Amino acid sequence: MTDASASSFLAASGPSLASRRLRALLAEPKVIIGGGLILALIVIALFAPWIAPKNPLDQDLMLASLPPAGLAGAEPSYYFGTDDLGRDVLSRLIYGARIALIVAFVAASLAALAGTTLGLLAGWYRGWVDGLISRLVDIWMAFPPVLLSILLVAVLGAGVGSVIAAIAIIDWTRFCRVVRAETMAQAEADYVTAARAIGFPPFHILMREILPNVVPALLALVSLEMGIAVIVEAILSFVGLSVSSDTPTWGGMIAEGRQFIHQTWWVFAAPLAALFATVLAFNQLGDGLRRALDPVLRR
Amino acid sequence: MIALAILRRLLVALVTLAGVAIVVFVLLRVVPGDPIAMMISPGASQADIAALRAHYGLDGSLFSQFAVWVRYALRGDFGTSISLHRDVLALLGERLPATLELATAALEFAVIVGGAAAIAGAMARRTWAEPVIDAVNGLLLAIPDFVWALALVLVFGVVWPLLPLTGRVDPSVSAGMTTPFYFVESLLRLRFDVFFDLLKHLALPTLALGLPLAAVIARVLKGALNEAMAQDYVLLARLKGMSELRLVLQEALRNAIGPTLALTGVQFTFLIGGTVIIERIFAYPGIGNMAIEAVINRDLPLIQGLVLVFAVIFILVNIAVDFLVALFNPKLRHA
Repeated sequence: MTDASASSFLAASGPSLASRRLRALLAEPKVIIGGGLILALIVIALFAPWIAPKNPLDQDLMLASLPPAGLAGAEPSYYFGTDDLGRDVLSRLIYGARIALIVAFVAASLAALAGTTLGLLAGWYRGWVDGLISRLVDIWMAFPPVLLSILLVAVLGAGVGSVIAAIAIIDWTRFCRVVRAETMAQAEADYVTAARAIGFPPFHILMREILPNVVPALLALVSLEMGIAVIVEAILSFVGLSVSSDTPTWGGMIAEGRQFIHQTWWVFAAPLAALFATVLAFNQLGDGLRRALDPVLRR
Repeated sequence: MIALAILRRLLVALVTLAGVAIVVFVLLRVVPGDPIAMMISPGASQADIAALRAHYGLDGSLFSQFAVWVRYALRGDFGTSISLHRDVLALLGERLPATLELATAALEFAVIVGGAAAIAGAMARRTWAEPVIDAVNGLLLAIPDFVWALALVLVFGVVWPLLPLTGRVDPSVSAGMTTPFYFVESLLRLRFDVFFDLLKHLALPTLALGLPLAAVIARVLKGALNEAMAQDYVLLARLKGMSELRLVLQEALRNAIGPTLALTGVQFTFLIGGTVIIERIFAYPGIGNMAIEAVINRDLPLIQGLVLVFAVIFILVNIAVDFLVALFNPKLRHA
């Protein structure tokens, strides 16, 4: 505060909050690595029909159980080999990314929506509203998540929609807890008191004042949730409760590969590697987002 | 005072349990698949179907069904499994010890490995080793138990066939065990062949379940230890000439355990939930494996009993964790 001239005051206001945040985001290596991988995955999934070398559903029993290209007995055009029905592993892998990403984005968004809404309400109104919602969260979290998801999909019937619904129904509590804590903390802040004094209705305060300050924590959590959603979808298709067995999914491929793991280990290993890389990418992205957007950690 | 706190806790637990029971009950009655239809032979008459339905108590309104179920449950009768045709409680009693053994083994593994990693990390503070440990830890944190299990199957099934991939014990070895608690019984009766066979079969599922928890413990405990090591009393002890290891173990650990316990407890409940799919992958005969079978077969009484067992375990673990945290942190004791 040594130079109090007008020019230095104006210079101090600098670039906007949004561009500062964007700059902080892009400076964080985890965001770049994780985000880059996810972007690449999205591109692969979107352009699957053009990228995949073969039709994922084509069976050719003459070319069944071929090892990946480079090993003895392989067909060079089947880069990752074939499974016991002669289907190209690489193409099935590429199409499997579609299901994984669809489930990840939609389920995570729905869970975030439900959890944030209830979290905001619980954190703002407190009292019996908070008591009811917290009790609900406690009961919800007493269920083992995998068991509950299997149960829900069994109830709702197999299919991508049920998987998405199951994930959203189970994991909204994660968002609710964080948003509730954040809302309670923010509600004590001066700017909220000022807003109330001005006479803004609660909805306006929640949407325009509190929610924007909750968004950074939310973004990191959404990325984490997407990783979880991919895993849950893989587990459900592993157990056979996800989409029909025609549509290639990573979990389904892993289950099929498990049967013949000693003969055709590549059918098991390739989707496992893809799953691992995807979850890792979402986790790194979420970690990086949390670091870049957390005002405490920012230097 | 403590008695009142415990009583309040139990009451909350009961309410939660009731909520869980109701939710599952309603959920299952909405199931499109009809378990009766799965059981009858083709050509059965309507009277037979109705009689079977009445036998399993699946007629009547939702309320009356639930009331009947509660009445029997309070007497300890959880009904008969539709798919396995045996008493649900007996089935649970048979399979639960296996899962408990697995969960405890995983917890012990996680505490030992995670704790050791955290202590090593804390001792390596401000050296070149610390960022390496942090990076590895971060990587391991991202891998869920499902992926670990599959990776272990790949490594020990294909690359290095060292350990058995399925089952709990070799039946030819375990003949003669009288209780389902193989672990304790084999030790007490000095049947070390059974004991080592158990360990061999437990190894992979325990690794799969324990490694994620170990990573969490390592991260949180290391952070807490680092914080404690920065305190003045540690500096005093250091000036008195205490070695680094003793500093960490004797001075810092006591204060670092509190926050670690709370998070570990939460993660342990996730571990118990994870037994469902891990037992499936390794064909381990516990309640998790039975749960998946029950859902696929629409075995309503069995599912109900299983979900309740899981919920009870969850609640007990939460209460135990709260109790332990209060034990280590006197500030939290009055609640």
